[in-house]
Amino acid sequence: MEKKVGAVMVLGAGITGMQTALDLAESGFKVYLVEKRSSIGGVMASLDKTFPTNDCAMCTIAPTLVGTGRHHNIEILTVSDIEKVEGEAGDFTVSVVKHPRYIDEEKCTGCGLCSQYCPIEAISEFERGVSVRNATFVPFPQAVPLVYRIDRTKCIGCGLCEQYCKANAVNYAQEDETVNLNVGSIVLSPGFETFDPTVKSEYGYGRFPNVVTSIQFERILSASGPYAGHVLRPSDGKHPMKIAWIQCVGSRDEQVDKGYCSAVCCTYATKEAIIAKEHTKGTDCTIFYMDMRTYGKGFEEYYNIAKNQYGVNYIKCRVPHIEEIPETKDLKIIYWDENGERKEDVFNLVVLSVGMKPSQDFKEIAEKFGIELNEYGFCKTEYFSPLKTSRNGIFVGGSFSSPKDIPDAVAQASGVASKASGPISSERNSLVSVKEYPPEIDIGDEPRIGVFCCHCGINIGSVVDVPAVSEYAKTLPNVVHTEHNLYTCSQDTQDKIKDAIKEHNLNRVIVASCTPRTHEPLFQNTIREAGLNPYLFDLTSTREHVSWVHKNDKEKATEKAKHMVAMAVEKVRRNKMVHLSSVESVKAALIIGGGIAGMTAALDLADQGFSAYIIEKENELGGNLRNIHHLLNEGDPHRELKSFIEKVENNPAIEVFTNAKLENLSGYIGNFTALVRQCEDTKEIKAGAIIVATGAKEFKPENRYLYGEDPRVMTQLEFDKKLHDEGFSGKNIVMIQCVGSREEGREYCSRICCTEAIKNALVAKELNPDANIYMLYRDIRTYGFREKVYKDAREKGVMFLRYTNDKKPIVEKDGDDLKVSVYNANIKKDIVIRPDVVVLSAATVPYEENEELAQIIKVPLTSQNFFLEAHMKIKPVDFAAAGIFLAGTCHSPKFIDETISQASGAASRATTLMSKKELFTEGISVVVDEERCAGCGLCEDNCAYDAIKVNEGTGFAEVNEVLCMGCGACTCICPSNVPFLRQFEPKQLIAMVDKALEAEG
Amino acid sequence: MVTEAQPKENEVVSDDKEGDFEPKIIGFLCNWCSYTGADLAGVSRLQYPPNFIPIRVMCTGAVDPVYVIKALLEGADSVLVAGCHPGDCHYLSGNFKARRRIAILKKLLENLGLEERRIRLEWISASEGQKFADTVNEMVKETKKMGPNPIKKEWDI
Repeated sequence: MEKKVGAVMVLGAGITGMQTALDLAESGFKVYLVEKRSSIGGVMASLDKTFPTNDCAMCTIAPTLVGTGRHHNIEILTVSDIEKVEGEAGDFTVSVVKHPRYIDEEKCTGCGLCSQYCPIEAISEFERGVSVRNATFVPFPQAVPLVYRIDRTKCIGCGLCEQYCKANAVNYAQEDETVNLNVGSIVLSPGFETFDPTVKSEYGYGRFPNVVTSIQFERILSASGPYAGHVLRPSDGKHPMKIAWIQCVGSRDEQVDKGYCSAVCCTYATKEAIIAKEHTKGTDCTIFYMDMRTYGKGFEEYYNIAKNQYGVNYIKCRVPHIEEIPETKDLKIIYWDENGERKEDVFNLVVLSVGMKPSQDFKEIAEKFGIELNEYGFCKTEYFSPLKTSRNGIFVGGSFSSPKDIPDAVAQASGVASKASGPISSERNSLVSVKEYPPEIDIGDEPRIGVFCCHCGINIGSVVDVPAVSEYAKTLPNVVHTEHNLYTCSQDTQDKIKDAIKEHNLNRVIVASCTPRTHEPLFQNTIREAGLNPYLFDLTSTREHVSWVHKNDKEKATEKAKHMVAMAVEKVRRNKMVHLSSVESVKAALIIGGGIAGMTAALDLADQGFSAYIIEKENELGGNLRNIHHLLNEGDPHRELKSFIEKVENNPAIEVFTNAKLENLSGYIGNFTALVRQCEDTKEIKAGAIIVATGAKEFKPENRYLYGEDPRVMTQLEFDKKLHDEGFSGKNIVMIQCVGSREEGREYCSRICCTEAIKNALVAKELNPDANIYMLYRDIRTYGFREKVYKDAREKGVMFLRYTNDKKPIVEKDGDDLKVSVYNANIKKDIVIRPDVVVLSAATVPYEENEELAQIIKVPLTSQNFFLEAHMKIKPVDFAAAGIFLAGTCHSPKFIDETISQASGAASRATTLMSKKELFTEGISVVVDEERCAGCGLCEDNCAYDAIKVNEGTGFAEVNEVLCMGCGACTCICPSNVPFLRQFEPKQLIAMVDKALEAEG
Repeated sequence: MVTEAQPKENEVVSDDKEGDFEPKIIGFLCNWCSYTGADLAGVSRLQYPPNFIPIRVMCTGAVDPVYVIKALLEGADSVLVAGCHPGDCHYLSGNFKARRRIAILKKLLENLGLEERRIRLEWISASEGQKFADTVNEMVKETKKMGPNPIKKEWDI
C-alpha cells in the first residue's frame, strides 16, 4: 500500500489559508502553514471595514488570526519560502527556507522596545507606503506571531535594539534555515497582489500626491492606520471633502494585459465611499464606473443604500485621464456623462480602484509545485473541480484561482480543506496532539475579578470614555484589577490577560468589548489556558449595544457602558465553575437536496470516511443541472451530471432517498434525529450534522413582457432547452436582463444571468452566425474571468443596449410581430426591434418551501427567503445553530463552480465535528437543587426535550445533561426554583436588574 | 440581512412632553434571535437612545415573571421581552411560554393600576436589526408619553 501522511502544507496565510488550516487541524490533521510575510493575516488584516455589513475587518479576522496562531496542531512558518517539492500525492516532501528575522522567535515577547529605540525609518509595506515603520518592526500591532523582525536591508547595525532587548532575542548572526516537511497533501492559497497603477501614467499615480490606491485608502480610513482614523489627504493633511473613485484600474483593461474583471472593486469602492461619508459628514463621493458589479449576497442592496441614503454619486464613464491643479494639488477629471455630454469636475482626492493581479511569485510557485497557470497567470482549474490544480495531491484556494471576495474565498478555504484531507483521511489523527490545558485552579470563595475594557481601535473609544469606564470598574465589588486595551482580542492582549490572572490571582474575568457571539470563545480559551474554568467569564457588549448605537451621545453612552460593566460584575461574581458533558457524534450527515451541491457534499463526506444520507424531493438526483444544456468551454453538463449521479449511486457510504421530505428534526449537534417521509413511509435517520442544499429556481415572470401570453417570449433556461432540442434558425433575438432582479420587491442581483444570457447568445450565434442578438442590460456583470465571454460576445457582434430601471424596455405585439422598444440615452430616443424571440433573464428565486424547512431545522432566512448564514463574511457555510451547514443556491444565486466549492466547504465544516472523538454539548445544562424539590413534575411537562424527569425512586427531579439544551424553561415554572441554569441563576439576573436601575453608573 | 442595514436617521425623540424625563428601559433579549438582532442594529449603526439596557438570556421562555416585576418595582419605566418569532424558537417552544406569561403579567399590571404597555413582548429575529432599533425608539417615545413608573415612588421601595 502506498504511504500516506496525515499532514497538510498550506502555502499562504491570508484569510483563506488560515481557514483551511483551521478546518484541517480541527479535523485531525497536522498543518504546516507557510507564509512569506512576517505575520499571517494577508490582505484582510489591512482592510478597514468589510462589505456588506461594514464590520470592522480586524475584529472579524481577529478570532481567526488568534485561533490559527494558538492552534496546537498548526505550525506556522513565517518569513519562509518554498525551495523544492518532491514526492507524490499522499507523500510529499516540501523543503521550506525559513529566512532570518534576526530576532529569536522563541525568545521575543513582542514588547516592542527594540522598535521604539530603532533610529531607522523605512516605508511601511503594511501601510502601503502611506506611513513609515522602523527597521525593527512588526507589520501591524495584532500580528501573529507577535515577533519582531529586523529589516537588514535598512538596518545600520547600530546595535540599539540588541542593547534594549530584555529578552536577549536579537541575533544578527541568524541565517537561512531549511526545514523539510513531510505532508500528504498541499494547499496553495498564496493570495494576490494589487495592481500597480504607476504604469497607467494618465492617472498620475506616483506623480500626484493626492492620487492614492484603494488599498492605501483602506489604511487612511483605518483607526489603526497612518492618520489614526482621520480621513486626510497626503499632500497637506487636510480633510478631502470631495473624493472620486476610478474603477477598473488594472482590470478589464487589455492595454495592461489584464482583460479580466477583479470582481471585488465595485463593492469595495462603494464601501469606501460610505465609510468616508461616515467619517466626515458632508463629504462628496463620486464613483466613476464601467458596469456596477455588485453581484454578491446583499451587495446590490448595499449599492442602493450607498446611492439613495448616503448620496454617493455614480457616473458611468471610463475616465481618460487626471490632471493636477498645481496650486491646490486638487485633481481635475474630465468625463462624458451617459448623455454624451462633456463635463469636468475637481476633486480633493482621487482613489484608484486597483484590481487584483497574480502575485509575482505565482510563476515560481507553479514551477516548483509542477502545476499549470491559466492565460491570466492565475492557477488553472476546471469548472467542475474548482479546488484542484493540474497536479494530483495539490489543491488551490482563494484568489490564487481567480479574483474573489472574502465570503467566496472562505467558503473555498473550507472546501479545499475537505479536498486536501479526503485522500489522506485514513491518516486522520495520526500526527496530531491533544490540546493540554493546565489543571483548573481552585478558585476559593472570594471572587477576584479582572475587567478588561476594549477601545476596539476607535470603534468604542471614539464614543465611550473607555479609561473612565475602566477607572469606574475599580470601584465595583470584588474587582481587583482593571485595564483598557486598544484591541482586547489581539494576541498580545491575550497574554496580558493571562499575566494579569497570575499576577492578581484573578478568578473571574470580564471583557467589555464587542459581542459574546463572536468573541466569547476566544476569551474563554484564554482564561482556560491560564487555569481558570472558562465559565468564570463574561463579555459585556460596549460596542454593538453602546458605542455603535449611541454615537451622538458620548456622555450617556459612557454612563450606559459603566452600567453594563457593573451588571457584568454582579453576574460574574456569582458565576460558578461548569463542566460540560461530552458525547460522541454520529458519523453520518444528512443532506437536504440532491442537486450538484448536495451530491458534492455527500461525495466529499464519503471520502472522509463518513456516511451521507441525501433526501431529494424530486424523483431523481440532479437538481437544476438537469435543466442546463450548454456551458461555455466548461464541459458537457449532461455528461458531468451523469458522472456525479453515478458516483453518488455507486458509493456504498451514500444513501439516497428520492421523493422524500424532511418532516421533523430533533436533537442537537452530533446527534440529530430526522424524520424523513418518503411517499407513505416515514423513516428515522440519525445524523451528526445537517447540510442544507435545497437550491433555488428560475423565476417565471408571468404577465411581464408578454411572458406566458406569447410563446416567443421565454426565459433563459427555456431558451437554452430550445437551443438544445430544436436549434435556432431565427434572425433577431432580444434578451432582456434583470427581469425580476434589481427592482422593487426583489432588490438583489441574481449574479448568474448576465453570463448565462451571453452564453445562450454565443450558442445561438454558433447555430446561426447571421442572427442579430440585442441584449438589453443595466450593467453587465461578467465578473472575474467571465469578462472574456462578454468580450467574445461583443467581438462576435452581439449588441449590448443599456437601459435604466426607470425606463424599462417595452415588449408588445404589433400584428403578428413582436415589437421591442428601448430608450437609448445616447441618441435620446427609442430603438425599436422586431425580434423572433424575446428571452428574459429571469431572477433566481428561493423555493417557497424554504420557510417550512427553516422552521423545521430552526435556522433563519433572509428577507428574500434565502437561508441566512452565521456571518456573511467569515462564516459563509455555517448556520448560527451548531452542527447545521448550508451550500449552493439556497444561500444565494451562484455558479456551478462556486456551488461546488461551497458544498465541499459545508462537507469540511461537518467533518470538523464528526471527526472529533468527543463533542461537547452545546449548552450549559440545568442543575437541580434536590433539597428543595417536591417532585411535583411541573418541570417535566415544560421541557421540550424530555431532559428533566422526576426520578420515581428518589422522588426528585433529575436532569439528563446530554438532552438538556439549557433553555431554562423549567426554571420559571418551578414553584420553588429547584432547577436553575448556570450563568443565568435567578440571583444573578435579579442582581443585574438592580444594578441596571441604580442611579449611578 | 442586509436590507435592514440602512443608516436610517436617528429618530430623535424631540417631542418630549415630560420635559427632562429620561425613562429607564430594561430589555430581556433571547440569545439566538433578538440579542443577535440587536447586534445587527449595532453593526448597521442604527441609532437609538441610551435609555435602553439589555440583559441577555438564553430564551424568553426562561424569563421568570419575577424578573420583570422586580425591574418594575426597582423603577424601570418599561420592560421589553424579545425573542424569536413564533415557530423559530431555538428551543422549540420557549417563546410560546413567554407569550403566555407576558399575557398574564399584563393583566396583573392593569390590576396594579399600571399601564399594561409598560411591558412589551416582541418577536425580533437575528436579521431584524431595524426592527430592534425601531422597537427601542418606539418604546422610549411611548414611555416618555406615559411618564415615570409610579410604583417605586408610591410604594417607597
